[in-house]
Amino acid sequence: MAEAPSDAAFTGRPAPQRRSWLAGREATIPWITTPLLLAVLVAIWHSYVRVSGISPFILPGPGAVLSDWIDLIQSRRAWFHAGMTVYATLVGFFWAALIGVVLGVLIARIRWLELTLNPFIVATQVIPKVALVPLFVVWFGFGITSKVIVAGVLAFFPILTNTVLGVKSIDEGHRDVMTALNASRWQIFRRLELPSALPYILTGFEVGIVLAIIGAVVGEYLGGNQGLGHLLIQSMNGFETSQMFAVLIQMSLIGFAFYFSIGLLKRLLIPWHATGGA
Amino acid sequence: MVLCFMLSDRVAAPPVIALRAIEKWYGTRDRPVHALSATDLDVGAGELLVLLGPSGCGKTTLLRMIGGLIAPTSGHLSIVGRSLWARGERQSDALADLGMVFQDANLFPWLSIEDNISLPLELKGMSATARRTKAHDLMKLVGISGFEKRWPRELSGGMRQRAAIARALSYDPKILLMDEPFGALDAMTRDAMNLELQRLFLTTEKSIVLVTHSIAEAVFLADRIVLLSPRPGRIDQIITVPFARPRTLELQATAEFQSIVLGLRQRLTEIS
Ligand SMILES: Nc1ncnc2c1ncn2[C@@H]1O[C@H](COP(=O)(O)OP(=O)(O)O)[C@@H](O)[C@H]1O
Ligand SMILES: [Mg+2]
Repeated sequence: MAEAPSDAAFTGRPAPQRRSWLAGREATIPWITTPLLLAVLVAIWHSYVRVSGISPFILPGPGAVLSDWIDLIQSRRAWFHAGMTVYATLVGFFWAALIGVVLGVLIARIRWLELTLNPFIVATQVIPKVALVPLFVVWFGFGITSKVIVAGVLAFFPILTNTVLGVKSIDEGHRDVMTALNASRWQIFRRLELPSALPYILTGFEVGIVLAIIGAVVGEYLGGNQGLGHLLIQSMNGFETSQMFAVLIQMSLIGFAFYFSIGLLKRLLIPWHATGGA
Repeated sequence: MVLCFMLSDRVAAPPVIALRAIEKWYGTRDRPVHALSATDLDVGAGELLVLLGPSGCGKTTLLRMIGGLIAPTSGHLSIVGRSLWARGERQSDALADLGMVFQDANLFPWLSIEDNISLPLELKGMSATARRTKAHDLMKLVGISGFEKRWPRELSGGMRQRAAIARALSYDPKILLMDEPFGALDAMTRDAMNLELQRLFLTTEKSIVLVTHSIAEAVFLADRIVLLSPRPGRIDQIITVPFARPRTLELQATAEFQSIVLGLRQRLTEIS
């Protein structure tokens, strides 16, 4: 009596129109092509440096960069700088996430608050926030605080706007279910609004964490004597170009680590969502 | 004497839903929409009442007012003898007797099927083990056992709607309100769901108010059909459907069934 559940109905995926050689390999292909492409690029880089005889002060070869990077990861001093950057990023991101989510939920739910704050939010979106860094240095000094604040300010806005969007895009039909069940305001928040908005909030986190690193590094460029940004400027001033590259690689790796951590968080928190994997 | 007689008559079969001069206006003062003009209606205990009418005639408005999702502009509405609205406040004791099913299953995508079905019980504070037992029984009842741990998106439309019905039944309300519950399903699944609903109706002894714009579905399911006409929405006529239960799909081929359908179709064309 139950209708026969067909495969298509189960997976919710339409049958493929035409079988291409890509079918079923989409997940594995990047694992092969990415290292391959990387190897090709490094090879081009290497031959260009060899053939052109370009000065290592302008473009060092990949071999020199690699050995400098290995030096870097063996140096305690470099790890201290990396640690400072990570610290500024994480603390800034933490506050951005906390304030962004709480304020976002309030703005999405309280109409007069939204009407009051919206012009300011739009205005601050438009201001190039990196341009404010010197001001933060004046206000908060050359220490870690100004870096934390720059990281936080940059991460804050995508988290805020995504949270507002998430809370506002809650399905009306889902709301009807909760209303018909006579759910309390808290239950509606905890059981409907929060899980509904979570994919949006995590997307905000994904953008926010990357911006937080940028904020921390830019903060370090401009002042103080700590962090990978500072190390980069130091290498620049000493004409140690291959060390600059090594620091850049280190920064990128940290960026990847953070980005993938959020990806992991998505898998954990929203396994039901299409972007949550599984 | 007369009063005494009337009283005992009311005690014998009190309506589970009673609408008195229920009226609904939408919109602003300068652009009001008269969705439903003053309407009286009783739904008996254990009755399957179908609201039928062209789109825009106020079926959804009427059902959502009964379900407490929107407030009537005026009139009085009682559920199993209790006022649904008092001083502009929705009364939660009256709501406990109502279960709602919508055109979309409206399952929460972040909850497993089992957790979706037991969501009302969770909101009412039932323990996790008791919820699980209850959810399993309900899934058996609506014919989706074995899908406990699946995500809603992994189920077909018909199965999702079964889960939605199970959710509405979870806290054992006396009344089930359904707004075009099978409107989004294909014809074959729809037939199956109609039979399934009749089976549930016969085994659970609920009163059901179901909205549809399918005439055949209305005649197949209903004890009584309330035909609504639009602009403004109002009751055009109420038709009692004589067929005994359980009804089978073959009933739809009989001359008597066809003649009721035809009569309704003619009237619908006139009022649309
Ligand atoms: N929220 C609303 N605001 C204004 N008008 C509405 C609203 N909901 C429904 N209406 C109007 O009320 C009338 C009845 O609508 P509805 O109850 O949805 O009819 P049905 O379910 O029979 O199609 C229609 O004219 C519709 O446009
Ligand atoms: Mg409708």
